[in-house]
This record gives sequence, structure tokens and C-alpha cells, in this order.
Amino acid sequence: MSAVTAAPPLASAPAARGGTTLTGTWSLVRFILRRDRVRLLVWSLAIPALYLASLGEYTAMADDPEGMQARAALVQTPAMVSMTGPGYGTDDYTVGAAVSNELVLWMVLALAVMSILQVVRHTRAEEESSRSELVRAAAVGRHAPVVAALVVVLLVNVVVAALSSAVLVGAGLEAVDSVAMSLGVAMSAMTFGAIALVASQVTEHSRGATGLSMAALGAAFTLRTIGDMQEQHGSWVSWLSPIAWAQQMRAYVDLRWWPAALGAVVIVVLLFVASTLASRRDFGAGLVPDRPGRADALPSLRTPAALVWLQQRMALLWTALGLAFMWFATGTIVNQVGAMTESLANNPVYASVLGSGEVTKAFVGIIVLYAALGAAAYGIVAALRAKTEEDAGRAEYALATPVSRARWLGANLGVTSAGTVVVLVTGVLALAGGAAVAGTEDVTFGEVTEAGLLFLPALAVFVGLAAALFAWIPKATSLVWLLLEYTIVVALFADLFHLPDWARRISPFWWVPDPLTAGVDWVHVGGLCAVALVLFVLAFAGFRRRDVATK
Amino acid sequence: MTTTASSTTPAVEVHDLRKAFGSVQALDGLDLTVETGQVAGFLGPNGAGKSTAIRVLLGLLRSDSGSARLLGGDPWRDAVALHRRLAYVPGDVSLWPNLTGGEAIDYLARLRGKPDKRRKAELLERFELDPTKKARTYSKGNRQKVALVAAFVSQVDLLVLDEPTSGLDPLMEAVFTEHVREAKAAGTSVLLSSHILSEVEKVCDTVTIIRGGRAVESGTLDDLRHLTRSAVTAVVDGDPSPIAAMAGVHDLATTSNGAGTRVTFDVDNSEMGRVLPAISALGVHSFTAQPPSLEELFMRHYGDELAADGVPTSGDGADGAGKHAASSRAGAQ
Ligand SMILES: Nc1ncnc2c1ncn2[C@@H]1O[C@H](COP(=O)(O)OP(=O)(O)O)[C@@H](O)[C@H]1O
Ligand SMILES: [Mg+2]
Repeated sequence: MSAVTAAPPLASAPAARGGTTLTGTWSLVRFILRRDRVRLLVWSLAIPALYLASLGEYTAMADDPEGMQARAALVQTPAMVSMTGPGYGTDDYTVGAAVSNELVLWMVLALAVMSILQVVRHTRAEEESSRSELVRAAAVGRHAPVVAALVVVLLVNVVVAALSSAVLVGAGLEAVDSVAMSLGVAMSAMTFGAIALVASQVTEHSRGATGLSMAALGAAFTLRTIGDMQEQHGSWVSWLSPIAWAQQMRAYVDLRWWPAALGAVVIVVLLFVASTLASRRDFGAGLVPDRPGRADALPSLRTPAALVWLQQRMALLWTALGLAFMWFATGTIVNQVGAMTESLANNPVYASVLGSGEVTKAFVGIIVLYAALGAAAYGIVAALRAKTEEDAGRAEYALATPVSRARWLGANLGVTSAGTVVVLVTGVLALAGGAAVAGTEDVTFGEVTEAGLLFLPALAVFVGLAAALFAWIPKATSLVWLLLEYTIVVALFADLFHLPDWARRISPFWWVPDPLTAGVDWVHVGGLCAVALVLFVLAFAGFRRRDVATK
Repeated sequence: MTTTASSTTPAVEVHDLRKAFGSVQALDGLDLTVETGQVAGFLGPNGAGKSTAIRVLLGLLRSDSGSARLLGGDPWRDAVALHRRLAYVPGDVSLWPNLTGGEAIDYLARLRGKPDKRRKAELLERFELDPTKKARTYSKGNRQKVALVAAFVSQVDLLVLDEPTSGLDPLMEAVFTEHVREAKAAGTSVLLSSHILSEVEKVCDTVTIIRGGRAVESGTLDDLRHLTRSAVTAVVDGDPSPIAAMAGVHDLATTSNGAGTRVTFDVDNSEMGRVLPAISALGVHSFTAQPPSLEELFMRHYGDELAADGVPTSGDGADGAGKHAASSRAGAQ
């Protein structure tokens, strides 16, 4: 009866008959498509739109062959290799070669994030909220929810691949390569969807599953950066990364299909692992069974902040450790930047523009930016937990005790902010440490650290915006992700897209000074602090006056 | 008890309270009073507005209009101070998944500032609750037990209990009832919402029946019984058929029964005074009169609706009925 009210589309589906474990899959697929129609539509259109926008730029650039070769030289600089690809076709940099070398990475990243979120959302998160208990009890086979979630992810990836191919072919690129590249991107993205499915079996919380999958994505990103920096066209390290499989198809240069097959094999293996794990655990439980805990709380558990800390500390620990490891590894390749630059030194384009020291600094600057983006993502996730608490009804319970609204929100934001600082600082120190271990002389430990710490006010803006949205328009809290996505676009593509200055200024990171390549403008730093302060004040003012959402 | 003003002012005083969620008028001029030291039942089907009223009283929701006073204070402005003096059991208890039940109880009690280890142990035993399990592994009933133990463990002036037994088995319901009585004996006022009549009947001094966000009946159990009928069964010598014609007598039926005639009928309590002499005039062998249960009271208020929906009236079945009732009401406005 309750399931009927929770999920109207299911009620009408004739799923209750039949006895297979997949009964009801299609009605669930329709249900998910309906529920997520807006977000899925946005994803499906955004990726082809991104291709379309970039194609315009590349085609314009291609009118001037020298400009195209200058770009080929540029994308082989260390800083750019970290944010593009293995550099196929740089000898004769065509529009196709540029698309394949520069865009595949970001398309895979975006679609991988979509696939991870979508899989976790409809498997582990659903179990956690006990909504799927209702669904299962109603009319649905045991494996139907998982299969339905995967089918939807597959569907979206295929639609995106089809639309993207259409856009690419429409711009005059080779049809076979366009389809191959789009499918390769979809395959790599699906690999991360499959990883998320395994993670959902291993962990008990959707956040854990998301975190684990994002860590895998981060590792894949780092591996291909390291591999592609070690050797032009990538070393064996690159091949450890599913992202590289799409890039190594060499679309528009010298197409080969078999790297995509790697993805297919890995996906099958991962699905097999996930289903084996799933059959070994109870519904709602993780793989590791619960041990009995404490009958009495530790004396320290007596304030809302202590409770929030208890809830967030594991996530913080693993995020900080994982990212620090990643940045340390990246730091250790800083000394290769010099070598790379030398091998490119006979290229007049940068010999004229940059010296070796500056190239290294530019590279480190980009990595610091990545570290800050990682910390910002952590800060947003942590800030959004206040919303989770409220949606679960725990805010209601907590606020019925002698805890004021301000104290409750303060506890959440305090722990979140502290955690964000920790993630940034450990990341930057690890990067600086890695660079020092590698023995680079082009940047000092102090310079790297300073560059990192200057991001703190901008991070406060992200946390503050999440809090302000939570306080004033709770339903729209997750819009803060849009700002982060926009920040990424500005940081990485602003020049390619010739974004006007005013558009760049919307990004909080635009205001962050880079002491490695320029001076520090303290007015900008102060401005960011002021914006963050205003957002925090707004958050507290708003949360005091609104209704607490109840289940 | 730290009662100062509360011995003179009611523990809860709500007048003409209104609250709308978009187009749904959850509270529509609610009146509700809980006298200090009394156990007040707050009765109504799901969707009637019980939880909304309670959340306004806890300062979690802001009312649109009307007045609400709690322990002599303003529920919104004085929330923190008032919450020190009350304990709340939500209708749908959700706990922090990585805390054990024992930790959650300690945490909540410490926020109220009066943890008592011995009492906690006692309550855990009475409610048969394992405090070492992580909250996420608890069933609904066990989560409810955690909230109940956390509420009873502190000495407070007011207990606000929102359908606290909906997940408990009958044995635990009895334990719960016992603790409510105990709390009352200690001077605590209790607001107990429920859609289960028997539970209210067992412990409440007064009852307010709410429907569509408005109190439709309120008073002591005795007051409300005046509104309904008693079921009479008697064995008499004479012919009982004239009684059927008397005002206030319903559904009279007779069967011959060796010694005399067995007669059953319902009678409005207000007419009992006139019916009794008429029966005794017939020569009574045996006589029983059942007081109405709240089930019957309830049926009188919601019977039509429940019957129309073809839903059983007790237990979990009322869940669906409440939803139907809520939506049909919203549609009517
Ligand atoms: N946060 C909310 N948003 C929208 N409608 C709500 C909300 N809370 C309650 N309602 C509606 O208000 C009415 C009263 O609900 P509630 O107070 O929970 O009833 P009860 O506790 O008596 O079951 C119902 O129709 C319910 O759907
Ligand atoms: Mg309720």
C-alpha cells in the first residue's frame, strides 16, 4: 500500500506476475527516466553542446595553419599534457586530432561522474533510504533495481554517443572516427559506472560508494597524467587508466578499435564481481558485517559538533589520504617537466615564450588548481550533509533538543570548513613534498604551499554558497555543484572558448592570485573573504527563520 | 520538577492555529490544551495534522496564524530554553546510522543535560533493547524504543510523543503505558498523539480528536462518553418490545432463553436514566452494560469515510485510510 503512494508508476505496471529476479526491470527503468528526466536531459545535451562549442573554436583555429601548429606545441607542454591527452597527431594537428587529443579526457570525466552518481543514486542510496525496500517488496525482482540503474546509465551514454557523433560528423569530421571516439568515451565512462556498482556492494553508505568511485576516477586521471608525461603517446602507466583507453583509440589520426575492447572486458569482469559480492550480503548491509558497538557514548560526544565530527571523520580521513597520495605522486614528476621542456626546446614557439623554470611553475600551478578543485568538491559534499541530515529527519530530532538552529548549523559548517582546510593543506603539502623529493629546483616548497593556501578564501565561498542555498532554498542546495562545474570550465577552457572577462569573474577561482607566475593581489583575496562572509551570514540568518523540513 | 509558572498555566495551550503547506491546509484553526500534570491524547487518522501541530509546538515549523504556548513560553522564540524541559519522540524516528542505540541515547540525554546511567540501564532492560547495535541495523520498532528510552531517561516537565507505539508489539506497548503512568505520577505532562484508540484510552486523562487540522471533539474520556452509547445485554421475565420504542434505544434484538427473554440493544448514555427503570420493571435476571470504547467514538467521527474507502479501521490499515482521508479533504477545500 505504501509503495503505491511512493511510486505511482510502479503500481500501474503489471510487474507483480512472473517470478524471475528481473521482474519489473522495465517499469523501474521508466520510473528512473521519469524521476531523473531533467538531470538526464541536461547531461545528454550538455556533452554534445560542449563538442559543438569546441568545434567552432577549433575550426576557426584551423583556418590559420600556423595557429594550429602553435596549439600543437602548446598542448605538449607539461601543464597542458596533464589536462589533455597523449598527443597523437601533433605533427599535423588537424581539427580531428585536436578534438581527440584535448576533449576526450573531459568528456570521459564528465560522463564518468554522471555514471557514478547515477549508479550510486539508484542502488546504494536507494537501499539506504529504504525506499527500495518498498519497491522490492512491491512487485520487483531481486536484481531488477540494479539492472534498471545500469540500463539507464547505458542508455544515457549511448544517447550521448549518438548525439556527439552526429555533431562531429555534422562539423565535417570522419564518420567512422567520430563514432569510434564517441563509443570509446561511452565505454570508459561505463567502466566507472561498473566500478561504482562494485563500490556500492562494498560500502554501506552512498557517500562511501561515491567517494570510492571518485577516488578510482582520480587515480585514473593521475595515472594517465603520469604516463603521458613520462613518454609521448603514453607509457605503460597510462594504460592502467580507463580514461586512456578512449584516448588511445587515436581517433582522426590512426584509428584503432581494440582499446575500447579493453573497456568492454573490464566492465564484464566488474559486473561479475558486483553480482558475486551482492549475493553474499544482506539487503541494506555492506559486505563487512556490523560488530557490536559501544553501549555508552564516549564522554566527548556531548555537542552537535562532536556528533558531526563523528559522522564526517572517516570520509575526511580517506579523502585527505587519497588525494594527498595522488598529489604526492604528481609532485614527484615535476622534475620531468624540465626534461620534457628540453626535448621540445627546438620548437620555436615556447623557446620564445617560456624558460624551463616558468614551464615547471605553470605545471605546478595547474596541479595546485586541481588540488583546490578536489578540496572544493570535498567541501561541497560535506556541506550538503546538513541537507541529508534534514531530509532524513535527524535535523528535526536534533533541533527538538536544547540545540539552537545557529548551533546546529554552526556545528555542520564548522566541521565542514575545517575538513576542507585539511584536504587542501594536506594535498598542497603532499604536492610540495613530492616536488621536493624529486629534487626540483624550479619551485620551492614554500612557493607551492603559498599558492595552495591562497585558495582558502575561494573554498570558503563554495561552502558558504552551499550553506546559503541550504538555508534559503533547500531544494536547490545541490545547485552549488553548478558553480564548481562552471569554475572547472573557466579554469581549463576559458581561453579556448574566448570567454569574456565578466564571464570568467563569476568563477571564485578566477580571483585567486597565482604567486608562482604573478604577484599576489590582496584586494582579490579580501574580496573573496568578504563574499564568503556574506554567504555565511546569509546562511545563519536564513536557517533561523525557515521551517525545518520533515519527512 | 522545576515547575514555577507551569503549575498555573497549562503545559500546552494552542488556539486557532493555522498552517498550510502550499495548497494543503494541514492545520485549520486547531485548539488544544494540555493541563499541567495531565496526559492528553491527541487522536486522529494519518494526515489529520497531529505531527504538524507537534512540530509547531517544538518550534520546527512556523505557524501561519493563531497562538501556541508551551510551558508558558513561545515555542518559536524560546525554543532552546523550552527544549531543556521537554523530551520528544518523533513519529518516524531516524537515528544517526553510525551511532549505536546506546550512544544515541547518551547523546540526546546529555544535550538535555541530565544523563542518569542507572535509569538508562533500567529502561534498556524494561524495553528489551540492545544498546550495542548500530542504529542502521535497528528495525522501526527498535528505533522507536531508542527514542522512548532517550525520552524517559531525562526528568522533564513535558513529554511530546508522536505516535510512539506504532512500531511496538503489544508487550512493549504495555511497558510504554506503564512508563507514561510513571511519568505522570512524577508530575510530568504528556502530549500523546495516536491513531490507535486503545492506547489513548489506557493512559489519557483528556482526549482531543482532530480531523482536517481542526479539533472536532475534546474533553475527558467521560465527557466524550456522553456522546455515545452503551451496549446493554439483559435477561428479563417480561416482554421487552416496548423498550424498542423508547427514545435513545437502538438495534434492539430479543431471543428466548429458557428462564426468560434475552435482550440486547444500544442506548444513548444520556437516555440511560429513563431506560433503566423500564428494564427493571420487567424483572431482571442478569444485566450487563458495556461502556463504549474509543474505537466506537472514532467510528462515529470517521466511520463514513472509512467505510466508503473500504478500509479496515484498526492497526496499520488506517495508514492508507488516513492518506485517502487527507486527499479527499484537500480536494474538498
Ligand atoms: N512538509 C510538508 N509539506 C507538505 N505537506 C505536508 C508537510 N507535512 C505535512 N503535510 C501535509 O499536512 C497534512 C497533515 O500532516 P501530518 O501533520 O503529518 O498528519 P498526522 O501526523 O496527523 O498524520 C497532511 O495532509 C500532510 O500531507
Ligand atoms: Mg504524524
